[in-house]
Amino acid sequence: MSINGKAYIVGAYEHPTRKAETQSVAQLHAEVAYGALQDAGLTKDDIDGYFCAGDAPGLGPLNMADYMGLNRLSHIDSTDTGGSSYLIHVAHAAEAIALGKCNIALITLAGRPRSEAMATGTAPRSWGVNVPDDPFEIPFNRTVATAYAMSAMRHMHEFGTTSEQLAWIKVAASHHAQHNEHAMLRKVVTVEDVVNSPLVADPLHRLDCCVISDGGGALIVARPEIAKSLKRPLVKIKGSGEAVKHQAGGTIDVTFSGARFSGKRAFDMAGVTPTDIKYASIYDSFTITVLIQLEDLGFCEKGQGGKFVADGNLISGIGKLPFNTDGGGLCSNHPANRGGMTKVIEAVRQARGEAHPAVQVKNADLVLAHGTGGLLSIRHGSGTLILERE
Amino acid sequence: MATMAANRAIPAPAVDPTNKPFWDAAREGRFLIGLCKDTGKHFFYPRGVSPFTLSNNVALVEAKGTGTIYTYTVARTKEPHAVAYVELDEGPRIFTNIVDCDLDALKIGQKVKLVWKPTTEGAPPVYMFTPA
Repeated sequence: MSINGKAYIVGAYEHPTRKAETQSVAQLHAEVAYGALQDAGLTKDDIDGYFCAGDAPGLGPLNMADYMGLNRLSHIDSTDTGGSSYLIHVAHAAEAIALGKCNIALITLAGRPRSEAMATGTAPRSWGVNVPDDPFEIPFNRTVATAYAMSAMRHMHEFGTTSEQLAWIKVAASHHAQHNEHAMLRKVVTVEDVVNSPLVADPLHRLDCCVISDGGGALIVARPEIAKSLKRPLVKIKGSGEAVKHQAGGTIDVTFSGARFSGKRAFDMAGVTPTDIKYASIYDSFTITVLIQLEDLGFCEKGQGGKFVADGNLISGIGKLPFNTDGGGLCSNHPANRGGMTKVIEAVRQARGEAHPAVQVKNADLVLAHGTGGLLSIRHGSGTLILERE
Repeated sequence: MATMAANRAIPAPAVDPTNKPFWDAAREGRFLIGLCKDTGKHFFYPRGVSPFTLSNNVALVEAKGTGTIYTYTVARTKEPHAVAYVELDEGPRIFTNIVDCDLDALKIGQKVKLVWKPTTEGAPPVYMFTPA
C-alpha cells in the first residue's frame, strides 16, 4: 500500500526561541504543539495520534501525553533515528492514518542543548547503555564533527571535491538567513569567510558546521477529508522513504548516505523525479551532509555535488535548486541537535507560499525534505518526504 | 607546519560478556577480529554473530595489525588527534586513531601498523595505528 495522497500536513509551527532559558524541554514540546494546533485551526482534543523521538523526556509519549493532557490517543510512535526522526514520523503518521489507527497526528521536537552548554559536536556522546559499538568507538573520541569530517575527507580524495565548493553551501544558507529574523547567524558570508574560519575537524571549518540552538517545532498530519475541512493550504504527502546505513561489518563506503535508498523509495512512491522538485529542505548538520545527500537523492551524479552546489546554485532566485530558505541548521537553528523537524516546516512554508517573500520559490507546488540522523560516516537513519501543494 | 598527535587520556572500553574475549586478548597484546566461518570473510567490530549471515558460526582470529588509512580527520581540539578508518590487510575498515606522528602529514592510502595505548588503570588497552 502506498501512502501517496492518504494524509496531509495541516499544521506546522517552529518555536521562535534560540535560547530557552526559562522553559523546560517538556514545556517547549507543549508550546510547539499548541502553535501547530493553532496553525491548523484544531484543538488539543482533536489529537488521537502522537509521535516523538529521543529528545522527548522519559518514556516519550507517556510523559508528554501526561504533560500536555492528550486524552484521546489511539496511536503512538517513538521511532528514534536522531535528527531524521521527524521526517519518518510524518510518513508513519500517514501510514497510521491510512490504516485507520488515528485521524489527526501530532509530532513534536524540542530541546535546549545551548542553555545546557552542551558540546554537541566536539565531545564524545553515547546514546545509552549496553550500546554494542560504543566500546569500539568511544575510546577513539567518536564525535559528531569527526564522524562527518571523515566522509568529507574521503569524498575529496575520490571525487576532487574542494573546501571552496563545500563553502558555497554555507554561503547559500547565509543568503537566506539574512531574511529570517529568528536566525542565529544573519550575516551573509563569502566562500573566503568559510575557508578562512578555523578548522574544527579537517577538512571541515567552523563555518562548515551548524549552529547549536534551543527550540523546537511541531507538525500536525491529518486524513484528507479533515485537511479539506480546514482553512490552510493543502499540503499532501506524496512520497516517503526511510533507510538505515551502517558499518556493515567493516565494508562501509563513507562517501554515500542512506539517502540513496530512502530518496529512491520516496521518488518511486510519488511518481516524480528530482528535476520535478521546486524546493528542497536538505539536512545541514555540516556542509558535507548537504553535498552527499544531494548526490544520493539524485539531484546530480555521484561525485558531482561540488560542482552542483558551487556558484550559488542553492540560492533562492539565483540557483536551480533553492534549499533551506530559512537559513537551515547552518545559520538559523538546530533545536535539540536534531534538524529534521525544521526541514519539514520550511518545506511546508514553501509549499504553502508562506516562506519569507525574499526567498519564496515561485509555484513551489512540489517540494522535498530530507534528513540524516546519527553519524554520516558510521551509522545513520535517512528519511525523505515529497510534498505536493494541491 | 607540523602538529604532533597529543597524548590524550583515553576512556576505557566498556567490557561486556560478549566482547570480553576480545578485550582479554588485548591485555595480552593480541589484536583479534571477527571471522564469519560461513562466508570466510573477516568483520569488525567483533560480535557473537556474523553481520553477513547472523549465524553464530563465528570465531575471533588474530589480525596482522597492518593496513592503510581509508579516511581520517584531525580533530583540532586542545589535544589534537587523528580519528580514522583504517582498512586492515584482512579487509575490514575499522574505526580507530592514528597516533605518535605529525598529524599534518597524514594521507589517505598511507600504510599504518598497530600500536596499543593504555586507557585507565586496570582496564584493557586499545588498538591504535601509527605510520608504518
